[in-house]
Amino acid sequence: MSPEEIKPIIEAALMVAGEPLGVDRLAALFGEDDGIHAEVEQALATLREDYAERGIELREVAQGFRFQTRPGLAPWLNRLWEEKPPRYSHALLETLAIIAYRQPVTRGDIEDLRGVVLGTGMLKTLLEREWIRVVGHREVPGRPAVYATTPKFLDYFNLRTLSELPPLPETLPIEAPEEVAPSAPAAAQGEMELPDVVVGEVAEG
Amino acid sequence: MVSHTVPDTTPETGSETSAPIAMFRGRPITELPHDLYIPPDALEVILEAFEGPLDLLLYLIRRHNLDILDIPIAEVTEQYMAYIDLLQGLRLDLAAEYLAMAAVLAEIKSRMLLPRPAAGAEPEADPRAELIRRLQEYERYKDAAAGIDALPRLEREVHPVMVAFPDRQVRRPEPVVGLAALGRAYVEVLLAAERYVHHHITREPLSVRERMVLVLGRLAEAPYTAFTQLFTVDEGRRGVVVAFLAILELLRESLIEVVQSEPQGPIYVKAAA
Repeated sequence: MSPEEIKPIIEAALMVAGEPLGVDRLAALFGEDDGIHAEVEQALATLREDYAERGIELREVAQGFRFQTRPGLAPWLNRLWEEKPPRYSHALLETLAIIAYRQPVTRGDIEDLRGVVLGTGMLKTLLEREWIRVVGHREVPGRPAVYATTPKFLDYFNLRTLSELPPLPETLPIEAPEEVAPSAPAAAQGEMELPDVVVGEVAEG
Repeated sequence: MVSHTVPDTTPETGSETSAPIAMFRGRPITELPHDLYIPPDALEVILEAFEGPLDLLLYLIRRHNLDILDIPIAEVTEQYMAYIDLLQGLRLDLAAEYLAMAAVLAEIKSRMLLPRPAAGAEPEADPRAELIRRLQEYERYKDAAAGIDALPRLEREVHPVMVAFPDRQVRRPEPVVGLAALGRAYVEVLLAAERYVHHHITREPLSVRERMVLVLGRLAEAPYTAFTQLFTVDEGRRGVVVAFLAILELLRESLIEVVQSEPQGPIYVKAAA
């Protein structure tokens, strides 16, 4: 099929699918042809340009491509609905941030960092939203569950991979605080405590 | 409602030791008006505002522009304890973590008061180091949480575009039933009922068994009888049918034979040998 034929099919498929579609699933619409993956990717790139000036954009998130409204339009669009957008408590966001940046972590890791016992239902809420999942158990007494974020979490926060999270703020070294000032900002930008292995593994599942 | 006017105290005075417990018209309120009634539940709001002792400590440090790397431990401890006292005076089941932190602060404070070891000896680590490390680490994730909260996200900044695909949601429109259609349907039922009456099968007055005996009698008289002669046309349709059924039944029981000498020729019935 020619790119001109593929493009409208992909456009329509992404609109009706109701969930993000990856290149593999889009390619499957066209059968087993060799090189269809490259053509699908080409069509997606063209579509993205087509929508460059529109209120809708083509965005790639963890689970694939989706059409979505442009973030800047939210103040107007949200007037369509009476309910306010959901807000999440500091406790929930802190817990989520620790799991996202430090995964895989146990409940104890989270509690140590925050200095408080996790409220009942906190992890349950995150599990139910399918933002986190149990990826194993740590081989220590009690075999605590080890948590990691899911592709659904990335989808919700408009991200493709964990590496797109804002960089984790660097801490100033406790010793010799006077030497830090000039070099600190540069160091803070580049580094992020996310091993590549974890990024790949989570994005896959 | 806060009806009591609280004198404006600026945080820069330095002499104040208690943390502001509320902001009223942009001004911090550092002590509760004596005549202010606070329903016990309302204090949960104050406690909930902090995500734990680390959060409260960070607040005290930032609020007073203190250096996190060189925390004036005595000052912070005093403020922390003032806050805890305030909460304990009003709310009994203060989270245990707050009390544990109070103990940690008291311990650090006492160690800071001890004389430093003489020069040349193994330099002792700053007793504040562990607390500072925890505060810094907590602050990183507190900031990271704010960063995640600021990301454009579904249901707030971003809405997925969905086009309904009608064929996948089969919804057949309900037909409008008019009075005429209802009338027609009623007439059809009546007609069907009539047909039912006409076609009702009543018990056959001429029994097949009886006719079988009759046919065999005829064949006994004339062993070779034309098929057509076994019927009595004036008996009407029913009689013919019964005769035919009788012949078929006799054939099945091998009591008669049906023969035809040539294609399209007359059919004869004879008794079985």
